[in-house]
Amino acid sequence: MLSKGEGLKLYRQLVLIRRAEEAIRTFYHENDMKTPVHLGIGQEAIPVGVCHCLPNPRTAFGTYRNHALYLALTEDTDRFFAELYGKEGGLGRGKAGSMHLCAPAHGLLATSAVVATTIPLAVGAALAHAYRNERQPVAVFFGDGAMEEGAFWESLNFACQRSLNILFVCEDNGLAIHASASERRGFSSISDVIRGFRCCVGSADGSDLVAVIEATNRLRAEMASTSQPGFLHLRYFRFLEHVGINEDFSAGYREAPDEEERNALDPLLRFSAHLDMLGCTASERRIIETEVDMQIQRSLSLAKEGLFPDAAALYEDVWV
Amino acid sequence: MNTTMTYRDALALAAAKEMDADPRVFVFGLDVPDHKRIFGSTKGLVEKFGSSRCFGTPLSEDAMTGVAIGAALSGLRPVHVHIRADFLLLGMNQIANVMSSLRYMSGGALRLPLVIRAVIGRGWGQGAQHSKSLHGLFGHFPGIKVGLPTSPQDAYSMLRAAIRDDNPVILLEHRWLYDIEGRVEEEYVPPLPGPAVVRAGSDATVACTSWMTIEAMKAAEVLERHSINIEVIDMRTVAPLDEGIVASSIAKTGHCLIADYDWLYAGFSAELAARLAHRCFGALRKPIERIGFAPVPCPTTRPLENLFYPSAVQIIRAVERLLDLDSIDLSQELFYSYEERFKGPF
Repeated sequence: MLSKGEGLKLYRQLVLIRRAEEAIRTFYHENDMKTPVHLGIGQEAIPVGVCHCLPNPRTAFGTYRNHALYLALTEDTDRFFAELYGKEGGLGRGKAGSMHLCAPAHGLLATSAVVATTIPLAVGAALAHAYRNERQPVAVFFGDGAMEEGAFWESLNFACQRSLNILFVCEDNGLAIHASASERRGFSSISDVIRGFRCCVGSADGSDLVAVIEATNRLRAEMASTSQPGFLHLRYFRFLEHVGINEDFSAGYREAPDEEERNALDPLLRFSAHLDMLGCTASERRIIETEVDMQIQRSLSLAKEGLFPDAAALYEDVWV
Repeated sequence: MNTTMTYRDALALAAAKEMDADPRVFVFGLDVPDHKRIFGSTKGLVEKFGSSRCFGTPLSEDAMTGVAIGAALSGLRPVHVHIRADFLLLGMNQIANVMSSLRYMSGGALRLPLVIRAVIGRGWGQGAQHSKSLHGLFGHFPGIKVGLPTSPQDAYSMLRAAIRDDNPVILLEHRWLYDIEGRVEEEYVPPLPGPAVVRAGSDATVACTSWMTIEAMKAAEVLERHSINIEVIDMRTVAPLDEGIVASSIAKTGHCLIADYDWLYAGFSAELAARLAHRCFGALRKPIERIGFAPVPCPTTRPLENLFYPSAVQIIRAVERLLDLDSIDLSQELFYSYEERFKGPF
C-alpha cells in the first residue's frame, strides 16, 4: 500500500512525463526539435512504477522510447528539452537527440536507437556489480519486438547462467513499428518462453501503476530469494504513432480504442482514481499539475533561448 | 626487467601485470580459461586471479561485446578475447553502433575503457572465415583505437597501454607472430604508440601492418644483398592514425610502398596512400605502390593461399618497380621462414 506522500510523488512523475510529451506535441510543428521523437503516452506507469521499486543507487538502460524513463529517473526537464532543441545545455550537448538520452548521475547509462542493443549493456552492468559483490539493482527496459533479436536471448542466457541481479522489463505494446505480435512471434506466451530459463517471471497490466509496483516488488523478492534474474512482462497501449506526434488509428493497422477502453489504458486516469482512495484531493493534484506546467514552461523557454554548441564541439567528446 | 620471450608469453605477462596492478581489470571470452588458453596468450591468468577475473562465455559474441561495454560503463576494465577476428563481425552492432559512439552521444559524460583482443592471419589453411584482419573496418568508425602489435615488445607494451587507455581499443594479433621471440623490457609501458621505423634505409619507404613487417624485413635482407636499402616502418596503431613518421621517411627516400595485411579496396592502405600522396606530393618520385590480399575470399589450399597473401617476394617486386630495377633472381632465396615452423591444426 502506497502512502499519500508516495502517491503524490508518483503522480507528479506521471504528470511530468505526460505534460512533457504533450509539450513536444504542441511545439514539434515549429520544426525546432530536429530529432525523431518516440513518445511515451500510455507507457508512463512502467518506468515510474519499476523505478519506484529500485532503491538508489540503481542503474537503468532503455530504448529510443526513453522519455518516460529519463523523466522518471531524473525529473529534469531543462537538459531534456535543451537536448531536443539541439542546444549546448542538452544532456548530450546536442549529440544525443531524443533517441540517446542518458543521465549517468541518475543511473541511466544508455538508451539506443537500435532495438535490443542496450540489453547486453545492462547485463554487463549487472556483471560489474556481481564482480564487486554489490547488490545494486539493474533494470533494462525494452519493447516486445526486442525479443526477436538475438542479443536478447544471448543476454538472457548469460544472465541466467551467471545468476546476475538484473531485471528485464518487457514493455509490450504488441507492436513493432506497425507489425503486430502475431506477424512476428513463433511462440504463444512470452512468460511461458522465459520460464524455460532459470529466471523469475512476473507480469502485470502496464497501464496500472499500482499493479506495476506490486508486480515489481513481488518479482524482486523472488529474485532475492532465488538469486536469479527477473523478467517482468508489462502490457501497455501506445496511444500515438511509432515515431512522431500524431495518432495513427486511421492508418488501418489497428483499431482505435473506445472511450471506456481509453480510460482503462490511460495510466494517469487509472492512478488518479487510486489517489482518491489514498485520500489525495483534487486540489492537491491541481497544485502538482500547475507546478509541472510551470517547470515545463520554464524548461521550454530555456531550451529555445539556449545556445547551439559552437563549431569546436563537433570534434569534442570522441576521445577521453 | 629485460627478458627474451615469445609474443604469446608477452601477451600473457602483460595481462597478468595489469590484473595485478588494477583489480578492475578482467579477461574473458570464449575458451579463454580452457586448456589451450587462446594459443597460450592467457596462460596462468585463471590460476593466479581466479574464475571471477578470467572466465569463458557462451557463444554469444554480440551480447558479450555489449557485456564488455556495460561493464566498462560501470567502472571495470574488461579485456574481451576472440580466437579469430572474424567472430567479431557477430559483435559489429555493439562495436559500430555503441562502442564507437556512446561517449560522443553522452556529450563526453561516459567512458568506455575496454580492450578487444582478436587473432588474425594465416594459420593452417584457415580459409575465408578464419583469416580476416578487419583493422580498416574497425578504424573506419570514429572513437575506436585499433592496434596491430608485431614484436613481442609491442605485444606486451601495447596490451598494457590498451588496458590503461580510457578509450575502447581493438588489438589484432597475427597467429604466426605468436611464436616470435624477442627482448621485452617489462617496465616499458608508453601510451599506445604510433608507427616506428624498425629498419632504417634510404632507397624506399615500406609502411607495413602486422605480419607484413616480418615479410618486409625478409625483403630488406634480400634487397640489401643487391645494394638496395629499404626503410621498414611498422604502423602499429592504425586508428587514430599519425602518418608523420612515414611522411618524414618519404621526404628522405622519395618512394613509398604500403604493405597492408588486408584487402586493398577501401582499406587502410587506401587511406594511408591518400594521406601520403597529399602530404608528400612534392617528395614522391613515383606513385605510391600498395600490396595486400588478392581481391578474392581467402582460399584454403596452400598454393592458392600463397598467391592470396602478400609476401616478401611481392615487396621485392614492388620495390623494383618503384626504383626501376631489373628483376632480382629469387630462385635461391628461402622465404616463409616462419611458416615452416607452423603446423596445424589451428
